[in-house]
Amino acid sequence: MTEQAQLLPGTLDLLILRAVSLGPLHGYGVLLRIGQISGNALLIEQGALYPGLFRLVRQGLLKANWGTSENNRRAKFYELTVAGRKRLREETASWNRLVTAIGSALAAQPEEV
Amino acid sequence: MKLMGSLRIRLATVFRSSQINSEMEDELSSHIQHRADDLERSGMDRAEAERRARIEFGGREKFKEECHEALGGNFVESLIQDLRYAVRVLRKSPGFTIAAVLTLALAIGANAIVFSVMNAFILRPLNVPQAQSLYALWRPDVSDAHESYPDYLDLRDRNRSFDGLIAWNMVEAGLDTGHDPSDVWVYETSGNYFDALRLQPYLGSFFHASDEHGPNSAPYAVLTHAYWHTHFRNDPGVVGRVVKLNKHPFTILGVAPPEFHGTILFFSPDFFVPIVNHGQLAQDDLNARGSRWVFMVMGHLKPGVSPAQATADLNSVGSYLEEAYPKDDGKMRFTLARPSLYGDYLGRPVRAFMTGLMVLAGLILLAACANLGSLFAARAADRSREVALRLALGSTRRRILRQLFTEAVLISLVGGAVGLCGSVLLLRGLSAWQPFARWPIHLAVNPDANVYAVALLLTLASGFLFGAVPVRQVLRTNPYEVVKSGSTGRIGRRITVREVLLVVQIAICAVLVTSSMVAVRGLARSLHNDFGFELQNIMMVDTDLSMAGYSGDKVPPMQRRMIDALQAIPGVESVGLADTVPLGEGQNGTTVFTDNTSDLRSSNAAAEPILFKVSPEYLRAAGTALLSGRIFTWHDDKDSPRVAIVNREFTRRIFGSPTKAISRYFKMPDGTRIEVVGIVEDGKYGSLTEDPQPAMFLPILQSPSSSTWLVVRSNRDPQQLAAAIRSTLRQLDAGLPFYIQTRYKTLDITLFGPRMATIALGVLGVMGGLLSITGIFGMAAYSVSKRLRELGIRIALGAQRSEVLQAALGRPFKLLAWGSIAGLILGVLASRVLAFVVYQATPRDPLVLGGAVLAMSLLGLLATWIPAQRALRIDPLRLLREE
Repeated sequence: MTEQAQLLPGTLDLLILRAVSLGPLHGYGVLLRIGQISGNALLIEQGALYPGLFRLVRQGLLKANWGTSENNRRAKFYELTVAGRKRLREETASWNRLVTAIGSALAAQPEEV
Repeated sequence: MKLMGSLRIRLATVFRSSQINSEMEDELSSHIQHRADDLERSGMDRAEAERRARIEFGGREKFKEECHEALGGNFVESLIQDLRYAVRVLRKSPGFTIAAVLTLALAIGANAIVFSVMNAFILRPLNVPQAQSLYALWRPDVSDAHESYPDYLDLRDRNRSFDGLIAWNMVEAGLDTGHDPSDVWVYETSGNYFDALRLQPYLGSFFHASDEHGPNSAPYAVLTHAYWHTHFRNDPGVVGRVVKLNKHPFTILGVAPPEFHGTILFFSPDFFVPIVNHGQLAQDDLNARGSRWVFMVMGHLKPGVSPAQATADLNSVGSYLEEAYPKDDGKMRFTLARPSLYGDYLGRPVRAFMTGLMVLAGLILLAACANLGSLFAARAADRSREVALRLALGSTRRRILRQLFTEAVLISLVGGAVGLCGSVLLLRGLSAWQPFARWPIHLAVNPDANVYAVALLLTLASGFLFGAVPVRQVLRTNPYEVVKSGSTGRIGRRITVREVLLVVQIAICAVLVTSSMVAVRGLARSLHNDFGFELQNIMMVDTDLSMAGYSGDKVPPMQRRMIDALQAIPGVESVGLADTVPLGEGQNGTTVFTDNTSDLRSSNAAAEPILFKVSPEYLRAAGTALLSGRIFTWHDDKDSPRVAIVNREFTRRIFGSPTKAISRYFKMPDGTRIEVVGIVEDGKYGSLTEDPQPAMFLPILQSPSSSTWLVVRSNRDPQQLAAAIRSTLRQLDAGLPFYIQTRYKTLDITLFGPRMATIALGVLGVMGGLLSITGIFGMAAYSVSKRLRELGIRIALGAQRSEVLQAALGRPFKLLAWGSIAGLILGVLASRVLAFVVYQATPRDPLVLGGAVLAMSLLGLLATWIPAQRALRIDPLRLLREE
């Protein structure tokens, strides 16, 4: 557990979009998927997921439908809308730019300045 | 599109909130079930797995609330939640709620009343189109707006700034519609009156400038809507009817619009008739340039003309008139004034009074807020456990503050609503009230949209104001400390803002109490003062003989007959007659000159005494003491030398001293020499607070007047006497309207200002007192409840009752003492201001000082009674066991 990183503010939405982009998921499934694709390296409080999901639905980036889960339980499944897919692309690009910039800034050596 | 979508979701969330709630509940449960399934698969038993899943999920209610917030429909819903909770909490402590609501109702009600009176008197203009550009001509040198009719005509025709200049005057006239004569109030107006005011008739038509063809050429009348409604029962057939005013026929042309009540506030007429017919309703000469009887001249400024330009224009006309008519038009300087309150004449006192009232009402509201603020703070402290618990359970501070504000605003809204309802009822009464039966004076103060808006604004503002007091307390709450130790009670010795507020409030209350007592005493004393005439056992009859068609030579014999007839009534000691009486309605004045003045222009006048034309018996009947010389006789008539009786002030101004005034002469503006034959005491003529004024009395036979006041001295019962007077005068002439009242009643107008001031101060004083009581009570009760344990221990250790009281209530009492002392001193200082309004208002009066001290101590006793009882009834054993 100590190896897990705190989420940066604002990144949860991006992670949710990414998780759902791989196929419709219910809430608990989103959590599992994030754990799976991040190698369990991120600490997410389970309940904190839901305000994020509701926010994305309200913004029209996700749509939700009730269905039956693999455990044969009633669950609400989320999938990306067209707007959501577009937003994911933009956010991913902008995240990558940020990471590159921060990375090169941190890797800079005295002689390069 | 996006906006519409989000709006739809927001609205939908409000309306489908229960469905959303249950869906959310289902979804979160589903999550926990799935997690529990996983945990179960890893070997846990089902119950344990579900427990673990719930713990891992975290604060479920908190997340649910965040979800609601994420959906955006949260505000309305949580507001409803807060409201429901607030109602529940407030219902649990009805005492607190009622006290708070009543406090606010009083304060908001007072503000609503004062504001709506101010709105009606000062902010709202006359009910005519484009009232903003309507100005009256004002003569600053004499502080009134009177003009003579010829001067008006010149001003009207020679100015280039006004879009039609109108003149009007009010007179009382006898109305004969065929049966039962009555008197009506008439506006005599210039022919262009309605056209220049841009009014349209409600019924029929108005008269116009083209109807005027010289004196008495336009016998037309227009009714006000109110008079048409009450006296003609809305009969449309009234148009074209002929009625008689002072026995002269007038044809009714139409009815004025209902919202039009004349061109000055308060004084609503019954009739409008053309001013060219003035000669039929009064005696002034229409064409005399020196006779300034026209009440007001006014008009709309032309578009683009500024008031300064108009003033310059009028003054150039004025200097032309000064040159052309040096004898009659001494000084013709003009300024512009707002007509609604007769310029500054009524405007200044009314504005000053209303501003004062508004400030006091504002202070009362502030005091109420301060009290409620400290009550709320005390409650918040009592509820610190609840607050701490909610914080510990994951509620945000913002949410708790919002809850507290919801409570505060709820209380203020209920209080405001109650206060507004009360004030609307009171204002209705005030609007229907006619302060003087004798005069057509109405105070139309019904609230309008402005008043409601201001009341709502004040209500919300005060809710937030006192709701804000406990904010810091809540922000500082540390849940763990509170839950652990049970109370944050720290009784500090330092002076808190709350205490300072309380002292200020008590001081204000003491000021109000002191000054209202000063006013009441002054008023009471002023009725037992020497006015230069007596009040006891005197009945007044006033009429105008022209209302029954008497004029010229027919007036004096009729007056003589009236005096003789009244004198014959059993029990009547003496009957005097005068054209006007001191402290009655308006007085006449004239300029007088010393005997050796030859250039009789008004700037050379030696004095401007008030003039009374009286019968021989008048001085005796009125009770005015003759100091030296003789009174008039019936032989002082047209054929004998002109004589006068003057007061001491007159002799001081004209002759330097009273001793050598008898048998000396002075001159009237027309050059007549008059001999002084008697000197009487000084008196009050225009108002109770005036400085000594010169006055002179002329024999009624030497300067006749149809305006008639009969002064009847008798110690018979006033009602019987009035009935006897009425039947006697009816026998003399059944067509003469008249009005009978006691001498005291005639002072109503003079005393109106002081009475209003006294009542207003008294009411505000009582309200201030009530607020101080709630303030002291709140503080004392709070201090006792905070220190219950300490007091219990003291009692257990053997403290005496007096020591307990000292410990519990010493501080509130000290505050009360400081506040009262400060207030008394301020009240004594404020009484000097009061002396301008109320005759003989002086705080150097043992009764006033004693009364104020007594009132404040009573107030303190009342406010601390319940807390004191509670402190004394402490049972140490039970208290210690409970803790």
